[in-house]
This record gives sequence, C-alpha cells and structure tokens, in this order.
Amino acid sequence: MADRLLKSISSRGLKNAVKGSEYRKEALISYGVLVVGYILLQLGAAVGFIGHNLQGQFVPICVYVSLAISLNLVVGISGELSLGHAGFMAVGAFTGVVVTRVLEQSIEFGPARLMIALLVAAFAAAIAGFIIGIPILGLRGDYLAIVTLAFGEIVRNFMNVLFFGLDEKGHLLFAFNHTIDGIENSQRIITGAIGATGVTKLATFTGAAILTAFTLFVVLNLKNSKQGRAIMAIRDNRIAGESIGLDVKKYKLMAFVVSASLAGMAGCMFGQNYSTLAPVKFNFNTSVLILVFVVLGGIGNIWGGMIAAALLTVLPEALRQFADYRMLTYAIVLILVMIGTYNPAFRARITAFVEKIKPKKKDKGKEKTGKEAA
Amino acid sequence: MADDKKYVETTDTGHGYENRQDIYYNDNVGGRAVFVDAKEHDQESVTETILQERDKDRSPILEVKGLGIDFGGLTAVDDFSIAIGRREIAGLIGPNGAGKTTIFNMLTKVYEPTRGDIIFNGKSTKGMSTVDINRAGMARTFQNIRLFDKLTVEENIKTALHHTTDYGLIDGMLHTPKYRREEERIHKEAMKYLKIFGMTKTADYRAGSLPYGAQRRLEIMRALATKPRLLLLDEPAAGMNPSETAELMDTIREIRDRFEIAILLIEHDMSLVMNICEGIAVLNYGRTIAKGGPAEIQSNPKVIEAYLGKSRGKMNEEEEEEKKDIEAAYKIGTVASKVTPKPDEGHGKKEEK
Repeated sequence: MADRLLKSISSRGLKNAVKGSEYRKEALISYGVLVVGYILLQLGAAVGFIGHNLQGQFVPICVYVSLAISLNLVVGISGELSLGHAGFMAVGAFTGVVVTRVLEQSIEFGPARLMIALLVAAFAAAIAGFIIGIPILGLRGDYLAIVTLAFGEIVRNFMNVLFFGLDEKGHLLFAFNHTIDGIENSQRIITGAIGATGVTKLATFTGAAILTAFTLFVVLNLKNSKQGRAIMAIRDNRIAGESIGLDVKKYKLMAFVVSASLAGMAGCMFGQNYSTLAPVKFNFNTSVLILVFVVLGGIGNIWGGMIAAALLTVLPEALRQFADYRMLTYAIVLILVMIGTYNPAFRARITAFVEKIKPKKKDKGKEKTGKEAA
Repeated sequence: MADDKKYVETTDTGHGYENRQDIYYNDNVGGRAVFVDAKEHDQESVTETILQERDKDRSPILEVKGLGIDFGGLTAVDDFSIAIGRREIAGLIGPNGAGKTTIFNMLTKVYEPTRGDIIFNGKSTKGMSTVDINRAGMARTFQNIRLFDKLTVEENIKTALHHTTDYGLIDGMLHTPKYRREEERIHKEAMKYLKIFGMTKTADYRAGSLPYGAQRRLEIMRALATKPRLLLLDEPAAGMNPSETAELMDTIREIRDRFEIAILLIEHDMSLVMNICEGIAVLNYGRTIAKGGPAEIQSNPKVIEAYLGKSRGKMNEEEEEEKKDIEAAYKIGTVASKVTPKPDEGHGKKEEK
C-alpha cells in the first residue's frame, strides 16, 4: 500500500499561504532584546550617560517588562481581556514585604530572603488567580474584562484597610483596624492606606533582570508546549478545541493562574524597590498601563510588548522637562505611536524599508528552496 | 469479497494504532460493516442477514435509539434511530434544514438531546461532555471548517495528539528532558499523518492561510489524530469539483481501511453518498423518512419526493386546496397569510403518514 492517500499539495498551491511564527526566531529576538537592553542600561549608567533619576527607573522597567510578558499570556496567547493585572501585582508586592520582614531576623543574606519572598509571592498570587479564575472563566470578552477590573479594585481596597504587624516574639499579627497599635512592643509592617513603610530595599537591577529573564523563559516555553498549544487552539476555535478533547476551562484557568503567579513575582520585586509602598500604586491605571504595553507591542507579540513596556516606563521620566505638561505629552506620544504602528500604509512602508535593507538574506532563502527542490 | 482481502492486508497499519488493540481484539472477522436499525432488529432484511453471517458477536460502534431534540417549541429532530457497525461507512442525507448537523451536534454533545439514548461503544453517553465523547473515541469535522487558524499545520495535529502527549505543566514551562522526548515523538507522529495525506510541505504554514482543499484535509487529519473509533464527517465534499470528489471517495474508503474505524458522513453530493456508503439514512423535517442500502434509498418514493418534490398530479391537487383555503379566508374577511400555513402543512402531512 502506498504511503500516501492523496496527491501531495504542491508548492504552487501554497503561494498565498503564510508561514507560521517560528518559535526559535521569536525566542531569539525576545532574549536578544532583554540582553541588549540590560547591557545598554548598565553601560549607560557606568559611563554616566544615564542620569540618577533614570537609574532609579531600572528596576521598574524590568518589573513592567515582566508584567507585559505575563499579561501577554492571558491577552495574547489565551485571548482574554484582563484588566486586573495590578491586583495580582499588589498581592505579590505585599506578600513579599511581609515575608522579607518576617525573615529579617532569621536570614541575614538579602538575596536569599528575596528569593523566598518571590516564591511565596508567586504562590500567593497563583492562589488569588485560582480563586478569581474559577467563577469567571465561564465568562468571555467584555464580561471577563469587567470582572477582572472589579477584582483589581477589590484587592486595592482590601489592602487599604489591612493592617499587618509583628509582636515582640516575632508572631504575625493582622487586623482590619488599628488594634495592632494597642499591643505592646509590636511592629507595624503594613498600615492600611499608608501601606508598607520602612521596607528594606532588596531589589537590584540585576536581580530584576534575572526575574524578567525567568518570566520570559516560562512564557516562551509554555507557548511552545502541549499546554500552550491547547491554550492557543482554544483561543482560535473553542468548539473545535472541545471536539478534539481539550478541556477549555482547565486551560483557560492554567493561563490565568500562571500569568497571575508571574505578575505576583514582578509585584514582589516592585515592592522591594521602594521604602514605602502604598496600595494606591496598584490601582486601575496600573492595570490599564500594562495592557497598553501589550497592545502597543502587538497582542501576542512578546518582544514587542517588552520594548513598549521599557519605552513607556522611561518616557514620563524623559518628559520631566515638560513639567506640568508631562502627562499630556505622554498621552499625545502614546496616541501618535498607536496610530503610527497600526496604520497599514505606515506598516507597509516599514516592511518595504526592511526588505530593502536585507536583499542578501532573501537570496540565501531562495537558494535553499532551490536546493530542496533539486 | 475484495474488501475482505484489503482488511487482511491492513491489519498491521503501523500508524500508532497498535496500542488500541482493545478496539478490535475480537474483531478478527473483518469484512463489510453493517447498517441496521436498532429498533428493527427483529425484522428480516438484507442488512440483518449480513449481520448474522459475518458479525455474530460484534456489537455496533454506535447505536442511537429514538433520539430527539426540541428548541423551544420546535422539534428539530425526532425519533432518530440508527446503528453503525465497527467498520461501516454510513451516510446521513436530507434536504437543507432537515436536522443532519443537529444530529451530529447531539452525538458529540454540543447539544444535549431532549429524548432518546446514544450508545457508543457499548456505553450510554448520557451526561458526557463533548470532551468525554472525544476521549471515548468519536471525532468530527465541521461543515464550515473550524481549524486553529493561527497555529501551523503541524501544531494543529500536535494539539489533537494532546492526550497521548505525556508531560505536565512544569515540564512544559521548563522544557525538561521529558518534554524533549515527548515533543520529538509527537513531531514524528504528526509528520506521519501529514505524509499519509500528502501535506508534508505544508507543515510550517498557518492553517488559516491554506487553500480550501488542504484545510479540509487538515480537519480530517486532526480528527483522526485523536485516534477515534468513529469519525463523523460533516459535508466533506462541500466546495469540491467532481474530480476532487472522486479522489475524496477513495480517501474515505482508505481511511476506513487503514485506520480501521467506522465513518458516518453528511453529504449533499449524491454520487459520493451512493458510491461509498453502505447504509444510508434520509432525513426530512427532522424525521427519518427512509433507511437502507444505496439501491433501496435510490428507489424509495419518499426520498424522491423529499428531494425532487411531488409529482404533477399531487402538486395540482395541493395547489387547488391552497386556493380554496385562501378564498375561504378572504370570505371570512381576515387577511390570511399566504406564507405561514405552508410549514405547518408540511409537518402535518408528515405526521399523518
């Protein structure tokens, strides 16, 4: 019996077909962006090209890049709109603060404490993602967006009234009012709306960059695995996915929980970068900001989101000279960039330009196909 | 008898079906499949004798009894019963809107049937979900192609190999050696399917950008990759020219022989249905109007009526009746709708019969 049932589809029949995104290429560009960005910033700081103000933004840049990568898992790969990413960030940040403070006496070595805090924060955010994920994953599109928005606000408001402290024996105290103050010799860690105060800063640029690399590693790997394929398949066609036996809820939840957990780690790193940390930092605006990174970078395009996150985090700092008009300028730049990158005519011009730059590569490609045919 | 020989040749296909011996360990008889009405088991018919001769101890892969579904007050399908043998190619035909795809959707539990029972591989499917049905061994294609458009062709098939891919989330996130081993294996398996269907060249292309015919092939491949016992094809020849249809006929037979499965298909192309189906059920207005082999169906007056309309004499009678009705309505003074009585009339007629 012949190997084949049907005549082979010829190359001619595929002239209008589009090649799928190559996993290796995507991974190479993404890691490249990260490494080049890290080296440039380090060099810039060493040479003195980058000012002190901007150097203070290094950790936030890494954190926002991580957040953009992890949100892309939900928005780009799973195809659901989530507006509550700052909520998971907050869970991670405050968990991290509490953990590092509790371990302050027992573990002297900072990075080790940070590692443990990151793991606990990831776990806490994953649980939050799981709890919020179960009831909402029957929802789709706009409804999911609204519920995640509400979740983000709930977390922030919850943190507004939450008090955490340590008593003299090192036991953890927590309450929803000022009763902690009444306990003798107690230390406050988190004070309601004021947030965490007196945090020992553990975050470093290198540490944050490693976290970003880890986030990138997990998301890229997941995308090219059985789980990632299932998640993308369900995004592309839910009914067909079910018909080949994919458990839709399980995979939607998986994407959501992994994304939440990575956001928790980024939040933890963020919290360790400031001596005071108020819940107001994790409001709706932050969620939208992260979503803007993802959309601007191209939904599903991981390295695009990374670049967008880095640039838009630096931009307000770079616009400091505009003083009062800083945020206005920021908004205008954002609008211009959006129009620019998503204008078909503009994009066509860019691709034409790129083609012009690399004619050699194209010839190589042709040679290859020629060899294959021979 | 030529068919029997084919089966002997193809028992050892080497296409990853070795581990599914449970399907056919007592199926060594081989041979043509059967198409019997579960309700009419005791009646003597041609198909029944085939059953007795060749397949004494073989149960049908699918047995549907009195299946029906209502959408609100509308009965979309009523009292539908069939049984399909383990190596049978069966057809489901009928005019547009007859309820064929609805039956597919009930079989795969996209809709939960209102009445009746579906027994698949000896087990009732009551309470099963679409996912459970697929794992039990039923796979389908769709009338309007449903592929994972943004994934590549190879990824589409790998997704269907999901259940046989044995690694967890941590392996997937960290790309452990176990991940590498399994990915290597399913890559080879996916390429096997692509080779069988002559689509090796398309492996890296996005499924959504393929030409139409290739998309249809891919959908069938994807269904087969879930290692089904029964394959449901919803209008596989839609949009194909006659030579492509002819090729498709051979393909469907080959799929049955090579993968050793049963196939149930919906099709409007009569040449295809009459050529390859061993048993055919004809639906009209959600009711089964005929069942049997291709020859029986072709000569069945009810089927001819459903497809070609009534004969002249009957038509004239009916038109006169309609005229009378309209005249009567005008006399009373109500503005009777000329359109609305028709569907009701159709249903009423069927019930009388």
